[in-house]
Amino acid sequence: MERLWEKNRVAVILSAVVIVGMYVFWFMGKARAESMLTSAWGFAVPLILAALVGVVGERSGVVNIGIEGQMLISAFAAFFGAALTGSLIIGVLLGLGAGMLLGGFLAWTAVKLRTDQIIAGVVINIAATGITSFFYKQGQTLPGVFPRWEIPLLKDLPLVGKVFFANGPFALATILIVIVLNYLLFRTRWGLRTRAIGEYPQAADTAGIDVIRMRLVNVTLAGLLAGAAGAFLSMEASSTFERGITADRGFLALAIMIFGAWKPLQAAAAALFFGFAQAIASQLQADKVVDIPQQLINTLPYVLTLIVLAVAAGRVRAPAAEGVPFVKGQG
Amino acid sequence: MSEVLLELDGVTKWFGPVKANTDISMKVNRGEIIALLGENGAGKSTLVKQIFGLITPDSGTITVKGDPTRIKDPRDAIGRGIGMVHQHFQLVPVMTVTENIILGFEPVKGLNLDLDSARTMVVEASDRYGLEVDPDAAIEDLPVGTQQRVEILKALSKKVDLLILDEPTAVLTPQETDELLGVMKALAADGTSIVFITHKLREVLAVADRVYVLRQGRVVGEVATKDTDQAGLATMMVGRAVVLQVDKDEATPADEVLSVRDLVVQDDRKLPAVNGMNLTVRAGEIVGLAGVEGNGQRELVEAIAGMRKVVSGSVHLGTEDVTGKSPHHIHAAGVGHVPEDREKHGLVGGYSIADNLVLNRFDEPEFANRGVRNFGAIDANAEAYVKEFDIRTSGIHATAGSLSGGNKQKVVVAREMSAEPRLLIAAQPTRGVDVGSIEFIHSRIVDARDKGAAVLLVSAELDEILSLSDRIVVVHGGHAVAEMPGAGANRQEIGRLMAGGGH
Repeated sequence: MERLWEKNRVAVILSAVVIVGMYVFWFMGKARAESMLTSAWGFAVPLILAALVGVVGERSGVVNIGIEGQMLISAFAAFFGAALTGSLIIGVLLGLGAGMLLGGFLAWTAVKLRTDQIIAGVVINIAATGITSFFYKQGQTLPGVFPRWEIPLLKDLPLVGKVFFANGPFALATILIVIVLNYLLFRTRWGLRTRAIGEYPQAADTAGIDVIRMRLVNVTLAGLLAGAAGAFLSMEASSTFERGITADRGFLALAIMIFGAWKPLQAAAAALFFGFAQAIASQLQADKVVDIPQQLINTLPYVLTLIVLAVAAGRVRAPAAEGVPFVKGQG
Repeated sequence: MSEVLLELDGVTKWFGPVKANTDISMKVNRGEIIALLGENGAGKSTLVKQIFGLITPDSGTITVKGDPTRIKDPRDAIGRGIGMVHQHFQLVPVMTVTENIILGFEPVKGLNLDLDSARTMVVEASDRYGLEVDPDAAIEDLPVGTQQRVEILKALSKKVDLLILDEPTAVLTPQETDELLGVMKALAADGTSIVFITHKLREVLAVADRVYVLRQGRVVGEVATKDTDQAGLATMMVGRAVVLQVDKDEATPADEVLSVRDLVVQDDRKLPAVNGMNLTVRAGEIVGLAGVEGNGQRELVEAIAGMRKVVSGSVHLGTEDVTGKSPHHIHAAGVGHVPEDREKHGLVGGYSIADNLVLNRFDEPEFANRGVRNFGAIDANAEAYVKEFDIRTSGIHATAGSLSGGNKQKVVVAREMSAEPRLLIAAQPTRGVDVGSIEFIHSRIVDARDKGAAVLLVSAELDEILSLSDRIVVVHGGHAVAEMPGAGANRQEIGRLMAGGGH
C-alpha cells in the first residue's frame, strides 16, 4: 500500500478526486451521476489509448507527436472501410492497420533514418489532415451498430458497473489494455528492456540488447493503440466520420502522458480526471447553474492541459534518451 | 606454457580516412593481467571495443579460446566469456543495481521478471568478489566508486574468462583504486584474464604481468612489467624521454589574491555542497585542493568563477568583493579558469580553434573594433598559441571538436593563460590527458606561478596535487579540514583526511 502511494501519488490523488466526486453526484441523483460519468469515460477512452501510444514510444526513446495524425487516419480508414465493405470487422482491422502502418513509418524514419522525430511527427499530422479531407465522402453510413457487451457481475456494481463494464468493445478493451501494459512495462523482461533503451540505449546495447530493432517494433506496435483510438472515435463513440474528428486529442494525450509520469495506470487516471472536469463543466452549463458560453466550456480541456503541464513540470522526469536517435558504437 | 585465451592477429580498423588501429597482434594467456598503455587517441579503446564486438575490425582476426569466427555483437562476446567495464559506465541511472546487473540476461518466471532470484544472485556475487553494493539502490544515488563496483559485478555475473577494463581508475580515489587493484589480482589468481587500459604507470607496474604499448594505432612495444620501470614505460608511450617529476623552484608567495570567507554554496540538487569554506591563495603560489570528488570542489570553483550562486559568505579578489558577480566581470577582474568539464564549459566544439582561443576575449580592443571582429589579429593569436602550446591540429580553422582530449585541454589552458590572469583556477587540468601533454600543462602552470599568478589547483589525482602544490588544503564535506606545506606532504595522511578521518 505504501509502495502504491510512493510510486503513483498522482494517480491515487486523481482517482480519489474522481471517486469522491462521483459519489457526491450519486447523492444528487443516480441517473445524472451515471450520465456524467459515462460522458467522462467516453471522453477519456481515446485519450487513454492515445496517451499509451506516447508512453510506449517515449519509454523506448522515440518521441511521437504524430499520434493525432495516426488517430485521424485510423478513424477515417475504420469508418470508410466499414461503410464501403459493409463489414464492421473489416473497418476495425483497417483502422488498427492504418495506425500501425503510420507507427511503422515513424519508427522507420526516426529510428532507421534518424530523421528529426518532431519533424517526422509533424509530417504525419499534416499528411493525415490532407489525406482525410481529400478523400472524404459525404453520405456514408456504417453497415451496423457497434455491439454493446456486458461483463457479468462487474456490471452490477453500483454506478461504475454500468459505466465501465457495460460498453462497446473498445471502451472495455481499454481497461484491459491499461492494466496489461502497466504490467508489461514494470514487471516483465520486455518492460525492463524497453525502459532501458529509452533511458540509456548504450547501456542496453552493451548488455546485448538490439536497441534499433526493439525501438522499431515498439513504436510500430504502439500504432495499434492509435488505430484503436481512431476506430473508437468514428465507429463506437459516434458512428460517423467528420473532418478533424480527433479535435487535437492526440496532443492532449501527450499532456496526459506527461501528467501520468509515463506510467499507464497514472495516465489513465489523468485522462479520467480530464473527462470528469469536462463532464462537470457541461453539466453545470446544461443545468444553467453557471451561464458560460458553450465555446468557453469546450476550451476547458485545453486550459486544463496548460495548468496540468505547469504543475507537472519539474515533478516528473521524462525518459532520458527520448528523441535521441541511437547510433551503434558511439558514446 | 599456459593456455592462450585471446589472440589478435593483424587487427586493423579504419574510421573514415583515419586508421585507428594498424596491424595489431597480441596474446593474452589465462589468468594473466595485461595492461594496454598509450596516449589519448592511440587506439586503445577502439581495440578493446572490437574484442567486445561493439565494432568490427576491417581486417585481421580475433581468436577467443581457439575460435576465430567474427564476434558479431556484445551478446556474442558475452556468450564467449568476455566481459567489459566501460570507461563511461553503461548503467541506467534511474534503475536499481539489480535491474542493471540483470539487464539483457533477465531471469524470468513465466512472463514475470524474477527479481527475487536476481537479487539473491547479486548478493552472492557481491559477497564472493568482495564488492559491496546495495542491490536495491538506484544507480543515480550512488557515488562513482560504487557505480564502478556495479559495473564490474555486471560483467562478472556472467561466466567471464576475460575481463576488459577501460580506464577503470580514472574516476576513483586512491583508496578505491587500491581496492580495485586488489580485486583484479584476486580475479587473475582465480584464472580470469584481464586486459586493462590506463594512463597511470604506477598501476601498470602494480598489477600487470605484461604491457602492450600503443602509439598512433600500432603496438610499439611489449614488455613484462618486471623488466621495466615508470621512465621506461613513459618513453615507450610518448616516443621520447619524459620528465615525470615536475621541476620547480621554491615558491615566493606575495600578496593575497584570492580570499574566500565562510562561503556556502548549493549543488544542483539544492543541498549545501560548500559549507563554510575558508581559503586564501597568494600571488606566486600554487594551492592544491585535495579531496574526494563530490566534496564541494566543483561548486567552490564555480562560485569563485561566477558560474554558481553564492548563498552566503564572500569571495574577494585582492581588495575587490566579487561575490555573485558575473563570469564576464570576474574574468575581466583577472581570473583565468580552466574548467573541470572542458567539453561543456571550456570549449565550443563546433567553433574553430582560432575562435575558441579568444572565446572570452573576443570583444577586447585587440580582437574587435566597434563590434567588428579583427580576423587578422584573431588568426595571428591562434597561430602563436598553436605553436607555443604545440596543439596538434590540421590548422587553426579546424573545429575544436576534432581535436584529441589532450589538445583540447591545451586550447583551454592557452586561452586562460593568454590574458595573464592574477588568479588561475585549474580544475582537473590533466584529466583524460596523455603523459606528454600532462608534462607540458604542468610546466605551464608552474610558469604562471613564477610570473606572479596565484594558482588554485583542484585535482582528483593525488599525485598531481603532491607534485605541483606549494601548499595543500584538504577538503571534506564542503570545507577545509587540514592544511599543510606541499613539500614533504604525506600521501597516506592526506588520503586519510580526504576520506573524512579527522584528528
